[in-house]
Amino acid sequence: MSAESHQSGAEVLLRALKDQGVEVIFGYPGGAVLPIYDALFNQNAIRHILVRQEGGAVHAAEGYARSTGKVGVVLVTSGPGATNAVTGLVDALMDSIPVVCLTGQVPTHLIGNDAFQEADTTGITRPATKHNYLVKRSEDLARVVHEAFYVARSGRPGPVVIDLPKDIVINKAPYTEAAPQHPSYRPQTEPDAAQIARAVALLKQAKRPMIYTGGGVINAGPAAAETLVKFVRASGFPITNTLMGLGAYPASDPQFLGMLGMHGTYEANLAMHGCDVLLAVGARFDDRVTGRLNAFSQGSRKIHIDIDGSSINKNVPVDVPVIADAGRALEALYAEWMAAPGQVDTASLTAWWRQIDAWRAKDSLKFSQEMAPGSLIKPQYAIQRLYEITRSLKKEVFITTEVGQHQMWAAQHFHFEKPNHWMTSGGLGTMGYGLPAAMGVQIAHPDALVVDIAGEASILMNIQEMGTLAQYRLPVKVFILNNQYMGMVRQWQELLHGGRYSETYSAALPDFVKLADAFHAKGLRAENVGQLDSVIHAMLESPTAVIADIAVDPAENCFPMIPSGAAHNEMLLGPEHAASGAGITDEGLVLV
Amino acid sequence: MPSSSDTTQRSATISVLVDNEAGVLARVIGLFSGRGYNIDSLTVAPVDAAGLHSRINVVTSGTAMVIEQIKAQLDRLVPVHRVADLTQDGPHVAREMALVKVIGAGEKRVEALRIADTFRARVVDTTTESFVFELTGATDKLDAFIELMRDLGLAEVSRTGVAALARGKRTIG
Repeated sequence: MSAESHQSGAEVLLRALKDQGVEVIFGYPGGAVLPIYDALFNQNAIRHILVRQEGGAVHAAEGYARSTGKVGVVLVTSGPGATNAVTGLVDALMDSIPVVCLTGQVPTHLIGNDAFQEADTTGITRPATKHNYLVKRSEDLARVVHEAFYVARSGRPGPVVIDLPKDIVINKAPYTEAAPQHPSYRPQTEPDAAQIARAVALLKQAKRPMIYTGGGVINAGPAAAETLVKFVRASGFPITNTLMGLGAYPASDPQFLGMLGMHGTYEANLAMHGCDVLLAVGARFDDRVTGRLNAFSQGSRKIHIDIDGSSINKNVPVDVPVIADAGRALEALYAEWMAAPGQVDTASLTAWWRQIDAWRAKDSLKFSQEMAPGSLIKPQYAIQRLYEITRSLKKEVFITTEVGQHQMWAAQHFHFEKPNHWMTSGGLGTMGYGLPAAMGVQIAHPDALVVDIAGEASILMNIQEMGTLAQYRLPVKVFILNNQYMGMVRQWQELLHGGRYSETYSAALPDFVKLADAFHAKGLRAENVGQLDSVIHAMLESPTAVIADIAVDPAENCFPMIPSGAAHNEMLLGPEHAASGAGITDEGLVLV
Repeated sequence: MPSSSDTTQRSATISVLVDNEAGVLARVIGLFSGRGYNIDSLTVAPVDAAGLHSRINVVTSGTAMVIEQIKAQLDRLVPVHRVADLTQDGPHVAREMALVKVIGAGEKRVEALRIADTFRARVVDTTTESFVFELTGATDKLDAFIELMRDLGLAEVSRTGVAALARGKRTIG
């Protein structure tokens, strides 16, 4: 035993967290973690943010992690504390967000006895995490904490649970430094030079190239996004981002075709469909992106760069697989592009851009807003105004969302120039993500403007976190597009289920202005287009948290849309366009 | 490159070297059940003197794309050190052991013993009305033996699942 074995497990835990650079923990106390809270009470190095429900803690840690590039840390108690955290853990798993979640556990001698607030946390969270640990011996504690942080942030990042029996945090434990190398988990980060050379050779021969990047570029850090921009500009190729990848490439750049996928732009999806060489970086060919798999980009040779080997050839077979960190691979790709002989076929590329511009001219995100002051607000217009008004602000602007129509409209109409400024639940699609995520972002960036673009249904799923905003004076702005429906489900019912709006009407909604007031925040409401700008200005000027309840057109649908089971070239465009696209097939009906 | 249109199923014997720690088998089994992969047979035991590492041998089947996925998914588990596809990587030996209980009398009992002899099965327990045979070999040999015993009083079977190694000097480490 080392000289420092006079420290309790809880003290050793906090020391290890501090050594890992942890500044903030999002948590909620309970019986099994009392010794840890006692140790927190006696120190000032780590700040604890008391959430109102454990699920909120994990989303807050996700928002913190996504906006800083650091690992988000959660502390919850045993049993219900841990089970409440599960949704957030799966969310972080699906979206590759580095989170370490410390869960309390009953003392080791009671494990398996159905003790009070006992749950098989490692059993429950095994498929919900990248990895998990149950610490059964004091001498393992410090090592496991260091290892958990390494696992959470290395390779494809993800959530890691450390289950801590109460006796382990009470008993004395030795401290150990982080080991220089993990015995088994060593993800490949350097790209294979030969594969990069093959990729560049393929790209240089392309007549109709397309670049598609995802959250992996964001996770690889801001330098990866900068390299991406250099490469895209040097090549002159068109680029699209996934929902998770928005911000990796500046939205205002003419080479950017907007988001792709189910609610992506016409030009992005048709360019995916028609390209002859496709470069995918840090994206996983998710079903929301590919549409019908057997019709997905059939004429293209594909290059796929991903740090997770299991993402390659999972849904779509590729010609040039590159297992590597997106940033390292993009650097190698850029260097090889500049060094390798051979020129791009500029005549073909020009013709390709002409085609893309013709698709772009369709203006697939078009909507029409009546401007008479008493008119109903179109949700797209509300986001467009929010974007335009916040653009001129002299502060950083971070956007989080809940899940549904408002999320897709935000992705379409709020434009991101930089990575790490857009936080949304992509893979799991967790309603209730946005408010706690915004909380985590605001903790990390106290002077920034943080807006949760929400729906009136989603926001109620974690509304209790308004209490956290009040306690820590976090000036988060909740911008609710209130269409009185679970809009995306209603849209599918309209398109697929004969307009039978089964249980999607948001009945008995609260008065959001009074609700804000009850939580010591400012409540605002815009009923019509004439009130919209002044509500946005009042929201931005308020030094406190705000709920802005924006009444929007309840009938508006989110277009363009690739119906489930349809291909990229079978998009439905909105009512602004003449009848287009395919109907929904029987096979499509069973998909989600 | 595996093609998504190739629907040919193949069998694969995959060996996985893992840390010998609590939960590691659950992780591997959970991966197979959670992602809908087949497990035709599975064995696990510590394989070094210190008991630090276990070897899991899993016999699975699927299309080429699915088997690639299985290997990639196994490979990214944190306690996994090595994944080897013995079926694909070259010649290998795969053996399992079965204990087969046969109950019967008279001519059938004699016939069971005669067949057991042909298969080089050993009698490890006997009463006047029953035998327990121990048989080691490739999976199809065990299948054939058990099939033959069906008409001769087959009562119960216990099989170990497959243990497998690459032929020659190649090792998983």
